[in-house]
Amino acid sequence: MTDTVSLKMGWVPSINPHFRLQWEEAQQAFVLLYPEGMIKLNFSGGEILSRCDGGSTIEDIVEELQRKFPEADNLEQDVLEFLAGAFERRWLIYEAL
Amino acid sequence: MTTPPFWLLAELTYRCPLQCPYCSNPVEIAQIKDELDTESWIRVMTEARKLGAVQLGFSGGEPLVREDLIELVAEGRRLGYYTNLITSGIGLTTDKVAALKQAGLDHIQVSFQASGAELNDLIAGSNKAFNQKIAMTKEIKRQGYPMVLNFVLHRQNIEQVDRILDLAVELQADYVELANTQYYGWAFHNRAELLPSRQQLQDAEAVVQHYRDKIGARMKIIFVVPDYYENRPKRCMNGWGNIFLTVTPDGTALPCHSARQLPLQFPNVREWSVADIWQASPGFNTFRGDDWMREPCRSCPEKAKDLGGCRCQAFMLTGDSANADPVCDKSPHNNRIREIVNQAQLSDGRVKPMLMRNWQNSKDLIASSAQTEGAVK
Repeated sequence: MTDTVSLKMGWVPSINPHFRLQWEEAQQAFVLLYPEGMIKLNFSGGEILSRCDGGSTIEDIVEELQRKFPEADNLEQDVLEFLAGAFERRWLIYEAL
Repeated sequence: MTTPPFWLLAELTYRCPLQCPYCSNPVEIAQIKDELDTESWIRVMTEARKLGAVQLGFSGGEPLVREDLIELVAEGRRLGYYTNLITSGIGLTTDKVAALKQAGLDHIQVSFQASGAELNDLIAGSNKAFNQKIAMTKEIKRQGYPMVLNFVLHRQNIEQVDRILDLAVELQADYVELANTQYYGWAFHNRAELLPSRQQLQDAEAVVQHYRDKIGARMKIIFVVPDYYENRPKRCMNGWGNIFLTVTPDGTALPCHSARQLPLQFPNVREWSVADIWQASPGFNTFRGDDWMREPCRSCPEKAKDLGGCRCQAFMLTGDSANADPVCDKSPHNNRIREIVNQAQLSDGRVKPMLMRNWQNSKDLIASSAQTEGAVK
């Protein structure tokens, strides 16, 4: 169970420079690339990570996704859980405003 | 329907300034000349990308020997690959590290043979190799690349694993790969001197765990155990012709670096498109699916897990590439692995001379195996 309490909504996340996020046409998915490895992201993972561009706070990202997917239950909790896991795996770094 | 070849390994050359006796290149390097030209490599990279390849490794031998390396890296990046340079570090300079970064290289993996100069240079068969590697490793870090170190472990250096990890920490590595030697090519030839004892392996594993606990997420330590010590085989290359495509220096395309030795025909990129190689060539289709399996694999409940193991290992140790990998304790040939492993426990620990990986030794091996074949005929 990931601990979402440690994230702050004012954090501005971006992809760890040791990784690269890109859309792969052949896989119809976003992938996270790192030395000799590749993680294929599912639809929601891709939607979240592609917004971690160093220009939006976590709060911005959640709001944007809520606008895009108004029917999604529990979206904020799911997004925060995903982000906590991503930070834990060092996929993301952040700046605190 | 085949999966895309996600991983394209471009073995640009078998030339190399070092002579590591654990090298997995074929012992016949002296016979594999006629390297592909720049244009051909670009075509291969382009075609593979269209099929869905994403990871591109530049390797060899020593890829830095190629004068067109920067051009190839730039093209790889332009095509959208994540590019990896797998190198000994010999041939790098500060300027070259910068030029490669400029060309868009994503990562450089530097190999080390030991934790200190004396043993490193003895194993690598070169003076000053260690100092060059250290200098270039620092430069790579300074220029903002992820820092990835690769140490091939074997009996001659496995007891240094604590000092190896201290070195990695000192160099501020992000990833350290402690890759126990796998027995292909030159390593297969030198196996008796390379395979560690069970005790050595256990001690090394304990040290690795201790460092993992101490260092945590700061440095990721990957420890690969020699499969001779397992009782189930590895899921080799994640499956034959499944994810991994190697193109070797003369254009021969293979599903793994050692498949050339198998009594199969493999396509050459000079004659085949990458799409046809991957999808249609008999060589790549031979061991896809599980219809080719014999017993015990054929009716084994675990066959989907390890796919019967390594075809090359089956060939090298049982004479037939369709047999179960003898690492598996269900294999009727498992005793061969047991014998080799038992021998490794009896070693008196002295450093015995290994056959160094170089052109002259390759020529000698080729000549002597030709003689043997001649004598048998």
